[in-house]
Amino acid sequence: VTVILYLLPMALGLGLAGLFAFLWALRANQYEDMDGAALRPLSDDDLR
Amino acid sequence: MSEQRDFSAFVRHNPDGASSLELAVEGVACAGCLNKIESRLKAIPGIADARLNFTTKRLVVAWRDPSFDPARVIDAIDALGYRSQPFSIADNEQSEAAAARFLMRCLGVAGFAAMNIMLLSVSVWSGNVTDITPETRDLFHWLSALIALPAAAYAGQPFFKSAWQALSARRVNMDVPISLGIVLALGMSVVETAQHAQHAYFDSAIMLIFFLLCGRYADHAVRRRTRAAAGNLAALKAITAHRFAENGDLVMLPASALRAGDRILVRPGERIAADSIVITGSSEIDEGLVTGESMPRRVALSAQVYAGTVNMTSALTLKVTAAGEDTLLQEIDRLLDRAVTAKSQYVRLADRAAGYYAPVVHTTAALTLAGWLLGGASMHDAVMVAISVLIITCPCALALAIPAVQVVAANRLFRSGIFLNSGDAIERLADADTAIFDKTGTLTLPEPHVLNAGQIAPDLLERAARLALGTRHPLAAALAKHANVQTPYDDIVETPGSGIRTVVDGIEMRLGRPEFCGVRDETVAAATLQDPRASVLAFRNGDRHAVFTIGQSLRPDAAAALKSIAGLGLDIKILSGDRPKAVAAIARSVGVSDWKGGLKPGEKVAILDTLKASGRKVLMIGDGINDAPALAAASVSLSPICAADLSQAHADGVFLGETLKPVREAIVTARRARTLMRQNLSLAVVYNALALPLAVAGLVTPLIAALAMSGSSMIVMLNSLRLGVARQDCAKTISERVQPARIARTA
Repeated sequence: VTVILYLLPMALGLGLAGLFAFLWALRANQYEDMDGAALRPLSDDDLR
Repeated sequence: MSEQRDFSAFVRHNPDGASSLELAVEGVACAGCLNKIESRLKAIPGIADARLNFTTKRLVVAWRDPSFDPARVIDAIDALGYRSQPFSIADNEQSEAAAARFLMRCLGVAGFAAMNIMLLSVSVWSGNVTDITPETRDLFHWLSALIALPAAAYAGQPFFKSAWQALSARRVNMDVPISLGIVLALGMSVVETAQHAQHAYFDSAIMLIFFLLCGRYADHAVRRRTRAAAGNLAALKAITAHRFAENGDLVMLPASALRAGDRILVRPGERIAADSIVITGSSEIDEGLVTGESMPRRVALSAQVYAGTVNMTSALTLKVTAAGEDTLLQEIDRLLDRAVTAKSQYVRLADRAAGYYAPVVHTTAALTLAGWLLGGASMHDAVMVAISVLIITCPCALALAIPAVQVVAANRLFRSGIFLNSGDAIERLADADTAIFDKTGTLTLPEPHVLNAGQIAPDLLERAARLALGTRHPLAAALAKHANVQTPYDDIVETPGSGIRTVVDGIEMRLGRPEFCGVRDETVAAATLQDPRASVLAFRNGDRHAVFTIGQSLRPDAAAALKSIAGLGLDIKILSGDRPKAVAAIARSVGVSDWKGGLKPGEKVAILDTLKASGRKVLMIGDGINDAPALAAASVSLSPICAADLSQAHADGVFLGETLKPVREAIVTARRARTLMRQNLSLAVVYNALALPLAVAGLVTPLIAALAMSGSSMIVMLNSLRLGVARQDCAKTISERVQPARIARTA
């Protein structure tokens, strides 16, 4: 039964971490240009 | 061409000292374009940042040096072969973006909460049938409450607010039963948990919020995308003006930056940027977009000219007058005010459904409570059963039934080049039983076309077209466009008001007025016999000559499109501001017998009102400023993309391209969407009807509630997606889907 005492906080903590990561990404405008983000890795400006 | 340009109206000054400019860019299609534009701009000294949003095709350029000239950005993009136009974001677009972010945050919170509570709930459900201890169950329930209550308070805001607004206006919308369901489910669960009960409904409440937010976010995202695309198109066709500065220099600036009293120069072929009066010069003005009249009007000193009209023959200097000073526009303004206020408030299908649904459900819950009490149950049990009735009937699927279809339909229309302004336009479009077309610019193409190309020797036509490239005159432009030639001749000499000439291989060529080209009146008369209203352009090449008639031509598919729209069961009429004779000819060639010409804007509205009074649902398709009141007064309206801004603002949707096919496409899609909406509503009602007896009988457990809600929501969403699946009439359009984009680029 004691397993609950650390598994539950862990599950919640991971969930919260995911939520905060999502909110941070949203705040950093990462959802503003979904199509462009897919294309940017194709540009090879680091080779020039 | 080194011309001064003034874009200061668009530049934004950020609080950190940098300035930025937002531009709509046309023709961006791949990663290469993205990379080329960004790296080219970043290479310009002084530019701090350049970022192109590929989804919206908008570019933000920022710089710190206050002396930096933003015109260089446009030149650089131009040199790469893309067209760009600065614009300022409309206020409503900004507030919509904020609303979208808020919905997204709510969605994130609800998603997190739903997952974690489900984790706990599944443990409780499996524990309940095996060996969970009451203490562990209580712990899990309290934990669920800890997550669910704040999450619901935050993520439920969109529903609570909307429900509160509806209630304070003494109306019922779908959000009222939803909010009630959520609040009751959470409240009852807390009470039950405090009494160490077996069942709590935290998971149902949060899942409900999550599903509904998904639907709402998708709805919002589609509308934002449509609006952004329409905004870009509007920016790219935005009119610029040439204003005389204090020192006599000519400065190019956006039309929106003009003030009353400014003096502007309008060259032949340019659109007049603001209502103004002529101070020098005389010319012919094409007023098709304003009055629907297809014949150019002669203007001279102190004549009034309107924004949106095209200067045809020679340069004019104009003085800008304040908007709305003139009688015609005042009249239109007045009509618009009346039409907008008189527009009967259309009650959406969803709200009508909510109007029936909420009372039924709430009465059932009350009857259940009474029934159980009469049957001798304790107050606690009776209340529990009544609340579970409210929870299970909480209209999750009902609330998704319509937005889900709207999203899929709007998406499909977007792909075929139709941008809808409002969500319920789809419902109103499906109801339309009469289609009224304007003539000039709607049935006909907005720009003049060569009418007699078939009667002219191809080599002569090609040479004339190449010569025509040497001037911006609209008639010559029509000729050049028709022949699709690219290489102009060298050494072209223009005689203003007469024509242009050049010498190739020792032979002189002339293009312009008949007398300038030495073409006799009889020849001209013979050429214009067929189209007496067409304008004439003469061409001489050595001793050979030709007379081109150039005028309005029908959209290529006008007759076929009208026939197929009539085939959908709509009555077709033509109402035009042009004179009856011109309208009669067009009506005959598209096979419409019901037409009226010479109508003033008010008369168009009056005809619409009579039709509406006789119970007709009118779809109005028009482009001119004179159509704007009619567009606003009709039950639903569409405008071609070439339409005046005022008309587009009052139309429910805008379509791209040179054809009228999108109109039919819009009606067909709207009708299928309406069928699906009704199907979805019935599905949701059937689902609830099945679950209701269980709830009334007190047999509902949280597990059943969760299954019922997710199941019905899923079914409704999947059913909506059927609209996106190709059917026979849709398969045909796949090859044409590429076309709207291409036309948009050349428009």
